[in-house]
Amino acid sequence: MTAGSGRPKAGLADRDGFLAWVMLLPSVVYIIALVGVPFLLAIAFAFSDVTTGDPSFDFVGFGNFAEVFDDGVFWRSLRNTLFFTLVSMVLIVVFGKILANILVADFHGKWFVRFLVLLPWTTPVALSTVSWLWFLDSIFSPVDWVLRNLGLIDANVVWLGRPGTAMASVIAVQVWRLTPLAAVIVMAGLVAIPRDINEAARIDGAGFWRRMFEVTIPLTLPVIAVAGLFGAIMTFTDMTVPYVLTRGGPTHATDVLASWAYFRGIEGGDVGQGAAIALFLFPLLFAGAIAILRAVRRLEAR
Amino acid sequence: MNTVEVKGLVKTFDGHVRARRRGRGDQVRALDGVDLAAEPGEYLVLLGPSGCGKTTLLRTIAGLEQPTEGEVLIGGNVVNGLPPRVRQIAMVFQSYALYPHKTVLDNIVFPLRAEGMAKDERDRKAKWAAELLDIQPLLRRKPRQLSGGERQRVALARALVRDPAVFLLDEPLSNLDAKMRATARDELKRFQERVGTTTIYVTHDQAEAMGLGDRIAVLEHGRVRQVGTPQEVYDDPADTFVATFIGSPPMNLVRRDGRLVGFRPEHLLPVENVPADARVRMPFQVERMEYLSGDRHVYGTVTGIGEETRVIARLPATVGTPLEAGETREFAVPAERLRFFDADGGKRAAAVPIGGSP
Amino acid sequence: MTTVINVEGLRKRYARRHVAARCGVYGAAVLAALVCALPFLWSVVSAFKQNQDLYNPESNPFFYNKPATPDHVTFLFTDTPFLTFVVNTLIVGAVVVAVTLVLALPAAYSLARLDRPWGTPMGIAIFLVYLVPPSLLFLSLTRVVVWLHLEDTLWSMIVVYPTITVPVSVWLLIGFLKAVPKDIEEQAMVDGHSRLGAFLRAVLPLVFPGIVAVVVFSFTLTASEFVYALAFVSASPEMVVSTGVPTQLIRGDVFFWQSLQASTVITAVPIAFLFNLFLDRFVTGFTMGAVKT
Repeated sequence: MTAGSGRPKAGLADRDGFLAWVMLLPSVVYIIALVGVPFLLAIAFAFSDVTTGDPSFDFVGFGNFAEVFDDGVFWRSLRNTLFFTLVSMVLIVVFGKILANILVADFHGKWFVRFLVLLPWTTPVALSTVSWLWFLDSIFSPVDWVLRNLGLIDANVVWLGRPGTAMASVIAVQVWRLTPLAAVIVMAGLVAIPRDINEAARIDGAGFWRRMFEVTIPLTLPVIAVAGLFGAIMTFTDMTVPYVLTRGGPTHATDVLASWAYFRGIEGGDVGQGAAIALFLFPLLFAGAIAILRAVRRLEAR
Repeated sequence: MNTVEVKGLVKTFDGHVRARRRGRGDQVRALDGVDLAAEPGEYLVLLGPSGCGKTTLLRTIAGLEQPTEGEVLIGGNVVNGLPPRVRQIAMVFQSYALYPHKTVLDNIVFPLRAEGMAKDERDRKAKWAAELLDIQPLLRRKPRQLSGGERQRVALARALVRDPAVFLLDEPLSNLDAKMRATARDELKRFQERVGTTTIYVTHDQAEAMGLGDRIAVLEHGRVRQVGTPQEVYDDPADTFVATFIGSPPMNLVRRDGRLVGFRPEHLLPVENVPADARVRMPFQVERMEYLSGDRHVYGTVTGIGEETRVIARLPATVGTPLEAGETREFAVPAERLRFFDADGGKRAAAVPIGGSP
Repeated sequence: MTTVINVEGLRKRYARRHVAARCGVYGAAVLAALVCALPFLWSVVSAFKQNQDLYNPESNPFFYNKPATPDHVTFLFTDTPFLTFVVNTLIVGAVVVAVTLVLALPAAYSLARLDRPWGTPMGIAIFLVYLVPPSLLFLSLTRVVVWLHLEDTLWSMIVVYPTITVPVSVWLLIGFLKAVPKDIEEQAMVDGHSRLGAFLRAVLPLVFPGIVAVVVFSFTLTASEFVYALAFVSASPEMVVSTGVPTQLIRGDVFFWQSLQASTVITAVPIAFLFNLFLDRFVTGFTMGAVKT
């Protein structure tokens, strides 16, 4: 009876160090090829005169940036992006937190309520936005019909035709569609709170609101931060809602960096300028990512 | 030839990640030069407090950890660097690690299927093991439908069918409730006696170790403190660690002239209960008493044989001497029951005469 | 006896309070459901409306002022490429999910279990990739797709979508894998399997629920993606639902409103249904991934 005789010796499939690399490598190679390389390419394009019609690469230095900066639309879309992101984020966090608290409560028909609540997020965003296009239609909008019949307005608002209401509409749709995601993330934090902490607080005589503000919220703060940053990043980089709902209009009132980059780079054919605009997303995005990491770290340290 | 032998085994955990996960803070030397051998058919128990390295030693023998230094021999062959599956071992984990998605039968034949054994042969062996452990009625069930004791038997059956050179058991009783534990311990012992396979058993429970082991290896801080039969480690502890770790209540230690004088609580008795020919007397001031399953545990202070020290005396039911808290009485220990340790290192030391007045 | 009366009074007070709390919960739940789902109810109602009913600013948008008609829903299936879009979405979704699992499962196992010193930073790096948005990469990826001669084909999406699904799937799977007791795979290794064999035979069956959750989640992401699909594909027969509906079912100024609403509901309901089935697993997966990095 000798150990190992006539049986396989330690093969490659036993070596943790080797396996760890081999199993990870395909994903890493794939991500480098289709995220890392395109990212570098995007930087290269921003310094070139590549257009859809003339794909030859010529270095033009900061020419694209200079042109982009001279264009008032860029600054407008940058302001729009920041405003759009900030307001949406705050609303998404507040509503997401409320929604999460409702969804973890115990009640009959919870499954169906959850199903309805998830609809806005699971629907392809382009489709739900098309539906909203109808609800905010200049003539047939059901929203306006209700307001008219309640006697609140005399004539239709034409939501998407005026700069202020157009922005409000874009924000509303964005908040409506991302709130369920924030709620799901916050739910994850809520269910992770040990039961006995809440029970101890009850025995200590804390009511619902006191428990909410002194136990639940402090303990889920990192998760709430993650939800908020997810909302911010997805709003910040999103162009679907403005693209489908308003096409950036009226007169660029709802253009954001992402949609402006698309109009320039794909529909306008000026890849170099489009890339230069898109590149502006990066520093802010990077800051957001760092913030998410910090929040996750704190979550871990808890 | 020894079935299992380890020579100069050292295991250090690199990096803080593991240490943190194991909750051992900054301790990195889990094994610190371990030499140990298990003879064929022997029941060797590794005993020690948590964090002493006993589980690491078992996992190193199994091949789940690679030693930093030293050799592991199974059946006389050095198995360093070999994966667990070719080491001819079977292991029962603390959690029993039954595959929750497989039936009991599938759990038992799992190692045989890994070997590529034919189906008839597999079923025959599984039936044999199930019969031996009396679990035939459970073969179609899933692990979650079993009680703790039944799970243990399934885990043993799974270990048995491999015909291993050695069984490695990692605290298999610690997940059972106190009542189950006694029965399961008895079952384990009878099982091993029947199959006669060398067994290495890890536990932190001295009652298990005393009851099960042919020999006990006491570990602390990654070192083997003493290896011996249950009687040897109890009666002749190699150092103060073993003396105080084994025995409940532990051995009393009284400091005297750079030595520690040790004696077990059950040997400290009222003077009239100790044969007069060779006894060491000492005045004992009683502080309080506990009445535990027929024995009286008496807490108090002794003077006279060394520095004034708090000790415990365990009086069996046969000793009827009335005692009251607060009184001082003459107690004595048979002279041959005294053990001497070096006060600095804690190692056994030569006996010194103590005014053994009868 | 005063104490007895007090206890009764308190009991009544708390019973009332309990009832009030229950009403509050139900009220909040109904309100939340309505706010989220009202547009879809409108869509369902509108989809079956006749043109004269729908295109009349004065008619009540919540009820049928003229008899309902299935014509526009039939039109969606018979006279528009909607079914082609659905089939394309399913093809792209299925292949992307398969590719995602093949890439993400081993990677997650490597990061969750074969703990190397670079495990944690690598896990974080992969998670960060999830945050790199399509709007930053679509211009250069469009060039890459053209170089690969994949423009206007489903393959363009199949090749690129895993950049979105792999990072988040790895993240979720790490959580599920860490929840599998270590003992189980060590037992399998003692029982005669290699590390790889233990992963395939003992661990994979146990993370099956997690795999299902990842499949559903990846499919949802794939079906919703818009920017890449819009940039890569401009030929109608190769479009997926998320781009096909807004670009092909709207012909210039002509909106086939009822058909559009129907297409939204038809797409949304099955995905939300599937997602809801696995919501709990998704929630636990997210926590585990986050807490046990």
